[in-house]
Amino acid sequence: MQNKVQVHTTINGEEVDFLCEPRQSLLECLRDNLNQTGTKEGCNDGNCGACTVNLDGRIVTSCLVLGVEAEGRQITTIEGIAKGNQLHPLQRAFLEEAALQCGICTPGFIVAAKALLDHEPNPSEDRIRWWLANNLCRCTGYDKIIRAVQKAAAVLQEAKA
Amino acid sequence: MSTQYNVLGTRPIRHDGADKVTGRAIYGADFHLAGMLHGFVLRSPHAHARIKRIDTSKAAQYPGVKAIVTADDFPQTPDRIVDLGEGPTPLSYARGNVLAKGKVLYQGHAVAGIAAINAHVAEEAAKLIEVEYEPLPCVLTAPDAMKDGAPILHEDLKTTELGEKTDRVSNVSTHFRHVLGNSDERFAKGDLRVFEGEFDTATVHQGYIEPHAATVLWNNDGRVLVWCSTQGAFVVRDVTAVLLDVPVQQVRVTPTEIGGGFGGKIPVYLEPVAALLSKKTGRPVKLLMSRRDVFEGSGPTPGSHIKVKIGVTPEGRIEAAQASLAYEAGAYPGAMVGPGTMCIFAAYDIPNVTIDGYDVVVNKPSTAAYRAPGATNAAFAAETIVDEIAETLGLDPIELRLKNASKEGTRRADGPKFRRIGCIEVLEAMKASAHYNAPLAGPNRGRGIAIGFWFNAGLPSSVNISVTNDGSVNLVEGSTDIGGTRTSIAMQAAEVLGIPVERVNPTVVDTDSVGFTHVTGGSRTTFATGYAAYEAAQDVMRQMKERAAKLMETDAASVTADKGVFTANGKSLTFAEIAAKLDATGGPITGRGAVNPKSAGGSFSGAIADVEVDPETGRTQILRFTSIQDAGKAIHPSYVEGQMQGGSVQGIGWALNEEYYMSDQGRMMNSSLLDYRMPTALDLPMIETIIVEVANPLHPFGVRGVGEANIVPPPAAVANAIYHAKGVRMRRLPMKPSAVMEAIGM
Repeated sequence: MQNKVQVHTTINGEEVDFLCEPRQSLLECLRDNLNQTGTKEGCNDGNCGACTVNLDGRIVTSCLVLGVEAEGRQITTIEGIAKGNQLHPLQRAFLEEAALQCGICTPGFIVAAKALLDHEPNPSEDRIRWWLANNLCRCTGYDKIIRAVQKAAAVLQEAKA
Repeated sequence: MSTQYNVLGTRPIRHDGADKVTGRAIYGADFHLAGMLHGFVLRSPHAHARIKRIDTSKAAQYPGVKAIVTADDFPQTPDRIVDLGEGPTPLSYARGNVLAKGKVLYQGHAVAGIAAINAHVAEEAAKLIEVEYEPLPCVLTAPDAMKDGAPILHEDLKTTELGEKTDRVSNVSTHFRHVLGNSDERFAKGDLRVFEGEFDTATVHQGYIEPHAATVLWNNDGRVLVWCSTQGAFVVRDVTAVLLDVPVQQVRVTPTEIGGGFGGKIPVYLEPVAALLSKKTGRPVKLLMSRRDVFEGSGPTPGSHIKVKIGVTPEGRIEAAQASLAYEAGAYPGAMVGPGTMCIFAAYDIPNVTIDGYDVVVNKPSTAAYRAPGATNAAFAAETIVDEIAETLGLDPIELRLKNASKEGTRRADGPKFRRIGCIEVLEAMKASAHYNAPLAGPNRGRGIAIGFWFNAGLPSSVNISVTNDGSVNLVEGSTDIGGTRTSIAMQAAEVLGIPVERVNPTVVDTDSVGFTHVTGGSRTTFATGYAAYEAAQDVMRQMKERAAKLMETDAASVTADKGVFTANGKSLTFAEIAAKLDATGGPITGRGAVNPKSAGGSFSGAIADVEVDPETGRTQILRFTSIQDAGKAIHPSYVEGQMQGGSVQGIGWALNEEYYMSDQGRMMNSSLLDYRMPTALDLPMIETIIVEVANPLHPFGVRGVGEANIVPPPAAVANAIYHAKGVRMRRLPMKPSAVMEAIGM
């Protein structure tokens, strides 16, 4: 048995302590140690984007981050995107635009797209495609995902105006 | 004139939507039980080898390991032929693919399963399992495997030749032939322009983002409880029962949410292994595939070698056609060559046709269905030749196709006559499209088109609907929802019931809780399970009318219903008002629907592709792409478009990038999502869609399944576009940059 390390971190605005083995990825810690299974595993080597989370304001594939690296950091996962019962405009747009089919890639796309819209409120189609190029979707052909992000951007802009 | 509907054709939010955008939906790997063990499957490093010895004793001693199983842990029942939903197969083959016995037949072939306190411990312990292999020569393509003297995979596999079992041991499981008219005679007349070519397509994977996942508890009462990500819970139940030699009743399968399948989550891989491990430990066992396991151990779709010969009059009438299709089944018989032969010329009314199909085993993973399985390979070959004909005869490629298009009454070479189909309507829609009529200028650019067919499946489905006293209904179904089918099925019930779709609560349930329902595959779910929902809703309406009659003191026959309002004798009651009085009028109402359509009507799809080929690198960029498909009736147009867009992009990936890149020793060299290059958002334009609606006479609302036909034409359309861009005919998939550079002589 490997010795476990205590990690103190903040997940979706709440301070959390957990124990993990040094070899465990942040993805594994979220899913197995903390039972936050909204973050998905598609490849475990950084190539599909399904496990995308926001770490101190940057998106990362959580399979390539160790759990112990979460110490003292701020993490936002898909579970932290909605405000209580209120879906985020991105989540609503994904539903209205039918931007998901099976839905396994959706958490990663929403976390990644939110990071884009947080910094660039009005991205072009090309910019959205570039930003989301690390997130694989096999169902939609991306068309409706791009449209959903565009729609959410417009909704967020309108809310600000 | 189209019928006016209240619910069909609208775009409601899916019932499972909130769970899927908040991370709450439980997929295969998200499932958890108290006391659960985690497993690992040890896989073969060799493409072909005899297993001389497996020694698990050291691994069993490793701290944290709870159990190890091999093929010897299956019940030692004598071999027999079983039908597990995809045709008869020897039980030994079905078990052999789950855990290898005697020989390993591909790199990635499962050899042993381990259960331990966590997955890391299980993986570490697997390294201590000693497997002594005697490596054997391997064979990796259909043409090589068909040669005399090729390494033989199965010493007991004897070729079935044109329906007759022979004594010939070979890698050709089956050679069959479809004949219509007399193509040899017609070619021999010598008056036809003859066009021919040979084509190869690489093995490709369905590429669903969720790896396979299964948790099994062999409970103390003897029941085998399964939670897994599958396209067909009932198929998992039946296969697991057969492989474990337990009664079907003993197995219960609860389907979790499923993260894509495309045909690849029909076969059973992990469930029997987890069950054996659970039986040994008395604890639930979860098994997950890694991405590498998915590539190397689950079913890709066949690579193929296809010859096509088409004879045409100078005016462009196709008079004769021949094809030979050799598909790689992978390690066990069952390549999707049958469907390939049925689809290859299905778009055309040709009087003289001969088609030969060869099902060939090779040392690659046992293949599985992939979206219109077999048809895409076939269309790549046929539609390239048809494009050559159009170009040579100076005909517009759509006009040539229209001149020869299949229609109601056309007989396919494999036997069936088409009922009402939309081949002509799809071609007309392509011809009229903004895309086809837009100019395409610039160097290295070209436009290509192609058309494809998929016959779709019928098969059994069951739905139960119960009425709630607030006027809503609960709908229970057995079809796992991969792309919004809870909603497309609920919409069909809502249409019949005259209530909003938001008043229908659809639930996908376990195999104890609803009647047999076949896989979510074959484009059948909105068609067949939707049909069952229609029937169940009709059953509810019959009973609701009886209750309305009671309340209005008349007879049921005089009650009419429209948009949820029941009327008789000038009085009327709403669906909700009647539902509120169920107790007083006779008790609960439950409607049932059970259907088994023998055929599904089929769907045609066209593709228009504009490409630009980079002459420096050979890279092909898709500039514009339009998918056209006959949906019969589009229940939820957004989901129809989504199927068309998704299928198109998988077809583009198949065309340009995707392949199993194999070493001579049969090792997959690119088993990661970095090196197995699926299209990203950055590789693509928006995918335009044109939905054609030619009502399907086999469905009450005219629905045709739309899941599959859309993947069939893209590789051919892209190949034709590359030709019109650079003047080279591509004969091999994928048309990757190096292949295009070679073709254009750089």
